[in-house]
Amino acid sequence: MNIWHIARKEISDGLRNRWLLAISLLFAILAAGIAWFGSATAGQVGFSSIAATIASLASLATFLVPLIALLLAYDSIVGEDEGGTLLLLLTYPLGRGQLLLGKFAGHGVILALATLLGFGSAALAIGLLVPDVDLQVLLVSFVRFILSATLLGWVFLAMAYVLSALAREKSTAAGLALGVWFVFVLVFDLALLALLVFSQGKLSPALLPYLLLFNPTDIFRQLNIMGLDENASLEGVMSLASELPLGNAGLWLSLMIWLGVMLAAAHFSLKARKI
Amino acid sequence: MKLIELSSINQYYGQMQVLSNISLSLEEGEVLGLFGHNGAGKTTCMKLVLGLLKPTEGSVSVFGGLPTEAQRRRALGYLPENVTFYPQLTGLETLRHFARIKGASLSQVEELLDKVGLAHASQRRVKTYSKGMRQRLGLAQALLGQPRLLLLDEPTVGLDPIATQELYQLIDSLRCQGTGIILCSHVLPGVEAYIDRAAILSHGQLQAVGTLAQLAEQVGLPAWIRVKITEPQKWHDHLSGLGHQVRLLPGRELEVAAPNGDKISLLRTLLHEGVSDVEIHRPTLDDLYRHYVICAANTGGSL
Ligand SMILES: Nc1ncnc2c1ncn2[C@@H]1O[C@H](COP(=O)(O)OP(=O)(O)OP(=O)(O)O)[C@@H](O)[C@H]1O
Ligand SMILES: [Mg+2]
Repeated sequence: MNIWHIARKEISDGLRNRWLLAISLLFAILAAGIAWFGSATAGQVGFSSIAATIASLASLATFLVPLIALLLAYDSIVGEDEGGTLLLLLTYPLGRGQLLLGKFAGHGVILALATLLGFGSAALAIGLLVPDVDLQVLLVSFVRFILSATLLGWVFLAMAYVLSALAREKSTAAGLALGVWFVFVLVFDLALLALLVFSQGKLSPALLPYLLLFNPTDIFRQLNIMGLDENASLEGVMSLASELPLGNAGLWLSLMIWLGVMLAAAHFSLKARKI
Repeated sequence: MKLIELSSINQYYGQMQVLSNISLSLEEGEVLGLFGHNGAGKTTCMKLVLGLLKPTEGSVSVFGGLPTEAQRRRALGYLPENVTFYPQLTGLETLRHFARIKGASLSQVEELLDKVGLAHASQRRVKTYSKGMRQRLGLAQALLGQPRLLLLDEPTVGLDPIATQELYQLIDSLRCQGTGIILCSHVLPGVEAYIDRAAILSHGQLQAVGTLAQLAEQVGLPAWIRVKITEPQKWHDHLSGLGHQVRLLPGRELEVAAPNGDKISLLRTLLHEGVSDVEIHRPTLDDLYRHYVICAANTGGSL
């Protein structure tokens, strides 16, 4: 019950400050833009293919979804602490775990709705406006895309709670959140590439692809790109993915493990936090 | 039944000891005033009772058990010393949110807003509230769910004189219904009449606990009898001669210290003479507080 009351406040906050609206619109506009103008560099304007659209969308979501999730949740613990309401809430019949789950449920719903509304409306537009598009492929790939983007967002929400429970000040939490984003979205892949280049032959090549599993954004991209087109040209670290002996189910499971581990870490750091 | 039982608490923040050997209890329908200088450990005591801190040594029992139990928390109200609430919510929304979490009935919310004098501002965002209004909201919050135990950390901060008086009366009526209350305050005058016992903390040590009369007796601070008298100088000399502490005041007034037991006989002596007015000043809470805190400082009570 209490989990729901906390979640409910987060959801109504998300509606009140127009976060939900803003994120949904942003996703819808970007998705529609990518669908229609994504292939402009190749000299043509207009919808090219579902595979190309999803591939571009996945690259976009890799940047955007973690950032939005971190922004949404980085102050959820430390912010309450600064306002004195964390202290107060903990004198209520409400456990720290319940508080955390409530926040997660609220933010999770906002993120899931925004992803669904934003990317879903883009899918709808494609389905309605593009002549003879394969509706079944469209549906399957967008459902997979929306679900995995939501899951990716949840993983980063959970990371945001870890930071927020560790940080003593809101500004620290904000800094840490940017750091986390930077590491997973930019640094990790570069580091992995560097590793590939410098470790020629020394590291067991069978092991390398598994390193991708240490970055949820890479798992997300694999899920969407691999699911589409066997001959899609994979660039950068994604080329490792083709050697990964994990099926779709394995990738989904990896993302869920990420979520579970991060939520557990958040719970642990919130428990350890001194009030 | 004992609502609170703290026994032999030693509390550390890291290496720093902030409470030493504290034992305190609170009965149903009792109001305990907790007084002490800044940093004496008052808020820390409250946090222990609330289960926000675990005692480093010693034990805390609230309603006969651990304070972290949900059922016990429902019966407990707390006004923290500084809380700003959620600036973007209105007073009504804020209180509803807390009522839901506490499992208190929502019909109570408007009643409480009315009780603390916020009914007119209940639809406004807390962001726009003045300090005193926020304090009132905090009070309303503490009263959600008709708690049997109420912890008020400096409840009068920011309240205007009339609201302060109303708060004291509210405390009185809650006490009559059997609520146990701990009240921390730096404002001593005015609170005396509403507390059953006072506890005075200094540097984490309990200097004294008891009713005001008990404390006054312990300390041996005299009452002062002030009389308007026809021949003050003569009486001044006479009483000083007998070893009394006497002060001459302007307007033919005389003040005599009356230590315990001396009061009645002194009054009798004085009333035989041309006395036209009598006032008796018993030692106030302020006097007692000063005495204990200064004593503690002199005997090196710091940890
Ligand atoms: N979170 C904390 N970490 C370290 N020390 C703390 C912490 N909270 C309080 N203290 C220390 O514990 C001591 C007691 O603090 P406490 O807040 O209980 O004082 P107080 O009596 O409520 O004072 P005030 O009248 O100023 O509110 C102080 O020396 C304070 O510095
Ligand atoms: Mg305090």
